[in-house]
Amino acid sequence: MNHPAELKYTKEHEWIKIEGNQAVIGITDYAQDSLGDVVYLELPEEGDSITRDEGFGVVESVKAVSDLYAPISGAVAEINDSLVESPEVINDDPYGEAWMLKVDVENASELDELLSAEEYEQYIEEESS
Amino acid sequence: MPYIPHTDEDLMQMLNRFGPEYLENLRNLIPEELRSTRALEIPRGLSEQDLVKHVSALASENATVEEYASFLGAGAYNHYVPSLVRHLAGRSEFYTSYTPYQPEISQGTLQALFEYQTLICQLTGMDVSNASLYDGASATAEAVLMACRLRKKATKVMVSGTVHPEYIETIKTYLSASEIEVEVLGYSTRKGGETFLTKIEEAEDGSIACLVAQCPNFLGVIENLNTMHELVRSKGGLGITVVTEPLSMALIKPPSELGADIAVGEAASFGSPLGYGGPYLGFMATRDEFVRQMPGRIAGETKDADGKRSFCLTLATREQHIRRDRATSNICTNQGLSALQAAIHMAALGRDALKHLAGLNFSKAYYLKNRLTSASGIYMAFTPHFFNEFTIRFSRGVDVDAILDALMEDKIIGGFNLKRINPELNCHLLINVTELNSREDIDRLADKIIELTEKK
Amino acid sequence: MLDDRLLFEKSVVGRTGIRPPVPDVPLVKPSDLLPATLIREDIEGFPELSEIDLSRHYTALSSLNFGIDTGMYPLGSCTMKYNPKVNEDIASLKGFTAIHPYMPDSLVQGALKVICELEELLKEITGMDAVSVHPSAGAQGELCGMLMLASYFKDRGEDKRKKIIIPDTAHGTNPASSALAGFSVVPVKTDKSGILSAEAIREVMDEETAALMLTNPNTLGLFETNIKEIADIVHEKGGLIYCDGANLNAIMGLAKLGDMGVDIVQLNLHKTFSTPHGGGGPGSGPIGVTAELEPYLPVPRVIKNENGTLSLTTDRPNSIGRLRAFYGQFLVLVKAYSYIRRLGGEGLTKVSETAILNANYLKEGLRGTFDIPFDRACMHECVVTDKLQLEESGVSTMDIAKRLIDYGFHPPTIYFPLVVSGAMMIEPTETESLQSIDELVRVMKLVSKEAKEDPQTVKSAPHRAPRKRIDETAAARNPVLRWREEA
Repeated sequence: MNHPAELKYTKEHEWIKIEGNQAVIGITDYAQDSLGDVVYLELPEEGDSITRDEGFGVVESVKAVSDLYAPISGAVAEINDSLVESPEVINDDPYGEAWMLKVDVENASELDELLSAEEYEQYIEEESS
Repeated sequence: MPYIPHTDEDLMQMLNRFGPEYLENLRNLIPEELRSTRALEIPRGLSEQDLVKHVSALASENATVEEYASFLGAGAYNHYVPSLVRHLAGRSEFYTSYTPYQPEISQGTLQALFEYQTLICQLTGMDVSNASLYDGASATAEAVLMACRLRKKATKVMVSGTVHPEYIETIKTYLSASEIEVEVLGYSTRKGGETFLTKIEEAEDGSIACLVAQCPNFLGVIENLNTMHELVRSKGGLGITVVTEPLSMALIKPPSELGADIAVGEAASFGSPLGYGGPYLGFMATRDEFVRQMPGRIAGETKDADGKRSFCLTLATREQHIRRDRATSNICTNQGLSALQAAIHMAALGRDALKHLAGLNFSKAYYLKNRLTSASGIYMAFTPHFFNEFTIRFSRGVDVDAILDALMEDKIIGGFNLKRINPELNCHLLINVTELNSREDIDRLADKIIELTEKK
Repeated sequence: MLDDRLLFEKSVVGRTGIRPPVPDVPLVKPSDLLPATLIREDIEGFPELSEIDLSRHYTALSSLNFGIDTGMYPLGSCTMKYNPKVNEDIASLKGFTAIHPYMPDSLVQGALKVICELEELLKEITGMDAVSVHPSAGAQGELCGMLMLASYFKDRGEDKRKKIIIPDTAHGTNPASSALAGFSVVPVKTDKSGILSAEAIREVMDEETAALMLTNPNTLGLFETNIKEIADIVHEKGGLIYCDGANLNAIMGLAKLGDMGVDIVQLNLHKTFSTPHGGGGPGSGPIGVTAELEPYLPVPRVIKNENGTLSLTTDRPNSIGRLRAFYGQFLVLVKAYSYIRRLGGEGLTKVSETAILNANYLKEGLRGTFDIPFDRACMHECVVTDKLQLEESGVSTMDIAKRLIDYGFHPPTIYFPLVVSGAMMIEPTETESLQSIDELVRVMKLVSKEAKEDPQTVKSAPHRAPRKRIDETAAARNPVLRWREEA
């Protein structure tokens, strides 16, 4: 399983990449693998604000549903429209083309609470044992 | 024992399979203090022929709509069901199967449901249909819940008082646990028979999840649904059109053209016998954009590994077995066989005969209406825009129950006394006419009612 | 040759099906009587077929289906037992089919007797004080029970009870029905032996909990042996016990839910009482309750008058109201009534005893070939897994299920209950003979052997079904939910 070291992670299996004042958000390789073939993605609209630990969207495979939880709070600056059209990309390229949102970070201190790749891998190991 | 194939030898062989300890465990599966100490007090089983005799005797205690000339509609319409329906839907490959979880061996059910969904879409004019719900009333309640999910900020739903009264009660039950208020709109009992809309006009934008209105309404009147639904949409709500007599859609503009966002109702007129009210067939169709909030099973088209056209249940993540407490509905088993019966019936009529049948119902109803209202003391109660059911009003003081009782003596069930649902409608009778009411019976009813009215 | 065309694609313009009779009244034109804005001209795309077209179309479709009459259907928790033909005939009697729901009570005494007597019979079988056959299917019965709970606690001024405890082995309808009735769900884990422990319930039960909703026997096919103690714990804190009666086929005549401390139960007539499942309904989900809850039952109720006649009443001020129009799935009730009268009390007891025997015999047959996660005597169904096959050859429950199709069996319920990884939940029912169970065991062992020797064949199954493996992912990604005329 691939969990790049330069990203931050949550226990809800999202990854976060910091680009200046913005956070790019997607779901992890582990998450896409456990879901199976992704068939549907529901995202907020640009301009909506999302709140840390609250649901901001839904990702579905044929026989599973997973809520997407906001890793941080902030306003949605951009959404990946083409991903909504072709959500199967989440299975192929979870960290690249399958980014979901760009969010203007509201409170930078929230970023400190995210997991490192190492911590995340340790977490999923504990979870699955 | 009936239906249990084991011989004594079989039983011995099976029990010998278990060691003595296992047998002991089998005996102790249920803790002793919970085990029944006496046998069930249910009479000894009947032989098949005695069962038929016993139950036939119960059946014969009921008077049928063949023995009596019945003009009862009010949400359950007496139509001729072609023999084809019972013979084909009665094939046990259909009726002894479960919900089609294994599509490779359920293509019969799945394709039939896909075709049913298409027929419902064509009939209602909507984009997409589910594979059925229990009945018209619960389907309507499900449509209201769906509207509430689509309009999360709304605080109330509006239901026209001219919707079938049992549907209104069902909506109230289904919403009794939610914060959403159900407001039943009044209607004109004097002339129009149409819904009062002031409460919608006065409502705040965004406060109404939906308006539920029926076409034709419970009183038989075809209301101006377009205006009503436009009004509710201008307030941010959805228009739900309820249909209890689906045959009407062959003659009246479909819900899609009368402003509906969700078309819902009862399709028992196609393929289900009257059966004392069930099983019937709840249908629901909507616009493409709302499909993910639609409750119930949906069949979809796909391919198998060889590329052959195939069907399977799809968009299952909406449903209880996956989304559990956040599902669009708790429905699991629906009305698969009733949907199959409806599809066969609709297809057996086809494009042309369906229109003819609707025209025949319409003509017979107008024939009866003309016969009745040409007599003195019998009036058309509301706007004379109806399909196969209408309300007549007698002069004040006429006891409708007395008329119905007198008709019963002549083996006629004259209709539905509207006093049952609204004390203001105390000299009003709701009458339904279908292709199964012969001219002779219609004349008999008209003659008798006129005679009874003149006596007063 | 395979003709996979739909009704609409077989349609020929101008072909007619079954025409209505020649009008015996003057035909009137809708346009003379209704505003033009209301009149529909045509139903676009509606099919035009002859009677023989339709006979062949649906006969061909039926041949693509697998039913109980085709072969063994050991779908766990669904109780796919033989559906007696006589019940179909009985439910087709004109005295039942040709009665209108608004006919006066005096004309339908036979129908009211069926309802009333069926309710009495179900009371005796479950040990509950009152039964209503109003709900349309199991899930609606659950909703009915949950709404009754809500009303009951509201009347007692205990609105704060907003939680329902639900075990992790529950059917998905349980949490869905609870949520629909405004409750939140508190999950509780089954213990190592596959049942609920009194301790687990004691830990989560509190004064804000309305009920524990459990299935007995549970979906692992195990009897909840601690149920009485659990019920006492729940009752002591003022809560009630709701039982999902989906698995009643295991205990008829052997034990009564009423004796176990159950306050509300819904039954599934299309399972236990053999009214056919119809490819997904119509079902029927009667609800049984204790005397304390009777006033909350849905309306209408059938009551006995002093002169011995029966009538319908809606005069029940505490009732939750109605969940559907009219009185329930009446013709389904007729079939269930006939089934019970055909078997009698002794027969029903034999049904449950035999269902248990069959399931245990089957489980013993699979021992050594399949992993049995909760290995002790089971009730009417057993759960095995793909653990051994998956480890050895990568063949999963899904593959095994599809391969069983090639050998003429309907697969068991798979991947349920969720607490067991790769579960296969097998319910043979009492109507399967020793020989057919032996054959299922033989075939399951054979498939396990194939998994070792030729895993590819198993993984690409089915090979002999009307269709190869169907692409459900494609169906969900690009939903095609109806036919449309090609432009």
